[in-house]
Amino acid sequence: MTTDRHKARAMGIAGALVAALAVAGCGSSSSSNAPGVTATSITFGTHQPLTGPAAPGYSEIAPASQAFFDYLNAQGGIYGRKIHLVIKNDEYNPTQTVSVVHELVLKDNVFGIFEGLGTPTHTKVVGFLNSSKVPDMFVASGCACWDDGTTQPETFGWQPNYTIEGKILGQYIKQHFAGKKVGVFYQDDDFGTGGLAGIKDELPASSIVSTQPYQPGVTNVAPQITALKAAGAEVLVDFTVPIYTALGQLTSFTLGYKPQLVVSNVGIDPITVGGLLKTFSKGKAGTELIEGAITDGYLPSSSDESNPWIALFKKIHDQYDASAPFDGNVEYGMANAYTLAQALQLAGKDLTRQKLIDAVNEKGAQLNGPGLVPYRYSTSDHGGYAGVEMGQVRSGKIVLFGGPLVTEPTASSPITAYTTAQPAPPASGVSVP
Amino acid sequence: MSTSAGAEPSSAPNRGWRLRAPAGTLTRSLGLVALAGVIFLAASEGLGSYEDLQLASGAYYFVALAGLTVLTGLSGQISLGHGALMAVGAYTFTLLVGDEHWALIPALAAAVLVSALVGALVGSAATRLRGPYLAGATLALAVGLPALADKYTGTFGGANGLTINPPTPPSWLGQSFPLERWEAWIAGAGALVVVFLMHNLAHGGVGRAFRAVRDDEIASSLCGLHVGRVQTLAFVISAACAGLGGGLLAVVLQLAAPGAFGLGLSLSLLTAIVLGGLGSQLGAIWGAGVLVLLPGWTDSIAHSFSLSTQVSANLPLAIYGLVLIVAMLAWPTGIQGALRRIIAAARRSLVHGGHSDEGIVPSSPGEL
Repeated sequence: MTTDRHKARAMGIAGALVAALAVAGCGSSSSSNAPGVTATSITFGTHQPLTGPAAPGYSEIAPASQAFFDYLNAQGGIYGRKIHLVIKNDEYNPTQTVSVVHELVLKDNVFGIFEGLGTPTHTKVVGFLNSSKVPDMFVASGCACWDDGTTQPETFGWQPNYTIEGKILGQYIKQHFAGKKVGVFYQDDDFGTGGLAGIKDELPASSIVSTQPYQPGVTNVAPQITALKAAGAEVLVDFTVPIYTALGQLTSFTLGYKPQLVVSNVGIDPITVGGLLKTFSKGKAGTELIEGAITDGYLPSSSDESNPWIALFKKIHDQYDASAPFDGNVEYGMANAYTLAQALQLAGKDLTRQKLIDAVNEKGAQLNGPGLVPYRYSTSDHGGYAGVEMGQVRSGKIVLFGGPLVTEPTASSPITAYTTAQPAPPASGVSVP
Repeated sequence: MSTSAGAEPSSAPNRGWRLRAPAGTLTRSLGLVALAGVIFLAASEGLGSYEDLQLASGAYYFVALAGLTVLTGLSGQISLGHGALMAVGAYTFTLLVGDEHWALIPALAAAVLVSALVGALVGSAATRLRGPYLAGATLALAVGLPALADKYTGTFGGANGLTINPPTPPSWLGQSFPLERWEAWIAGAGALVVVFLMHNLAHGGVGRAFRAVRDDEIASSLCGLHVGRVQTLAFVISAACAGLGGGLLAVVLQLAAPGAFGLGLSLSLLTAIVLGGLGSQLGAIWGAGVLVLLPGWTDSIAHSFSLSTQVSANLPLAIYGLVLIVAMLAWPTGIQGALRRIIAAARRSLVHGGHSDEGIVPSSPGEL
């Protein structure tokens, strides 16, 4: 009796569920052909470290991009479409990245991913985005992993590849600190190892006395800094995110270790690093610990207010993003957003995912904007900016000098000067490249 | 799903101290698995890709939770280290599939085996510890084990983690069969195996031994039970489940990275079984639901206010905490306990003067 009753009830429940789900299934199967785009809007998604070890500084990037889109939208957007950005927090944790990107693509139906931040994070979703044919525009990382247009047609890098940057930094060290012992402190993933590869391309192996990796998330870098000091490194190259530049410098300070500092452009924004130094030392230290550091830039320095692009970004910042400090991260977010807007302009009024990809493949090298150097975009090469200009932290600000330099991320390709002047920003919206 | 609630003493006469499960339990758990399987298949067919993925995550969380609820709910031991045991399973699976090109099922079996071995080591130490000391020892596991990935970056890939290729749906399912649904099926199949095994275990002699040890160690050793062995066995079983859960997580995410298995995971596993209802499989299902759905809900609540990014990024965690506190105050026996009370009350009001159904409480004297 009881078993029969249970059986009947179970069948009933199962039947009802099947029916309900079949109805639900029919409803969701009728999706449109171009997700995330309507006559009046385009929606992009992004994964950002809003909390976690990479959050200081980097958490300002996507809100700044959003501010630039707000500015554009107020002027009517691109072809009458307003650009929206759905920002998801992945905590710089690869596992979170996988789940938020699936959510953006499968649930929020975004048109594409824009400015996904981080090397260890974004590498985990490139496969998914490419197999799902979702445009993966202008990754916020200089890993060489985004450059391959042949196997990853949907993914485009944006900032200079870390190997290109490492080569140019390495050449500077070779020319200006000849004969000195060099140590490298780097993040133990494709970001750090890419930069290290560039340095090794330029410097004789004998001059590199110690290379010390760190894992993002650790709170003590004394073992690495002690080893660099013990090896007698007179020039210390950092391929670090801001928090580890700050931790490294504080540790060096406590150990009485004062090498010539050379830092990748991703880890030196003086406002971010200075703020972190101040917090970590409870107000006892600040930007003086990175004063004189050699670095580079591919955008004008955010403290150079005479530059018309900086003036424009500052104006947008004051209007739409005033709660963030105006620093290199905000500039990054706006400059990258400008690039996306220009690419959307190139893709034309009748927008599809494929048209956006084709536009950057075919005409991406014509894109221009606040960058000091040209882009490398072509069908086979999806790398972004082709080089950097050397710079130095002077009085707590980055000052660029010597003119922009460009190269390719291979050991044999030469480093050459780039002399084409930066275009002036358009009076409104984006200029057609 | 009320079949387990129908485990009335009258339907299984002659229950004694046998180690084998009563014959009725086997058919009942097979029926349960069949029903759960039908519901799962129907659900995965009807849902979209993202919901399939959520179903898959729910399934791998359930697998880990079902083991933990046996450990904590039935044998009365606490573990703050189950996230680390999931990591053991995930890394074993990823290494075997990625480097050694093992097939799915052998690699999952190996993940179960390796984590059961780790569980046996931890478990034999755990039997010597009680209460907060056991919590402390397992906490060390949760903190220490993921750090090994950073220590041996050559093997474990550091914070970057290890990646594998996604599983390919078999060709007979058709070209357009969504990958997410296939992942959900794999994870769901694992969950069904666990439902079957744990249901039998909980209703058989081993489950009775666990409960006896939980309720009174001295009395159960007087009855001839070896308390230490029983407790170690509980740890091994729950570690094996955690390992399978971790392996299935690696199938779904195609990734094993230390960030996924931090202390936060271990703590949320424990809160999930408490919130779902300690000691029961249905409680583990509710707990898995909480783990999958609550973060999304708290996130959308946090974003429904127009707050600055700084605040809204940190708000979900605060809301999560608040929900937990409120839920524990309102339903101290978890979601499943609350449902049981509601169902029992509804039955009493339907059958006037009818007796309350003793059989629905798993640790009731009627089952011992």
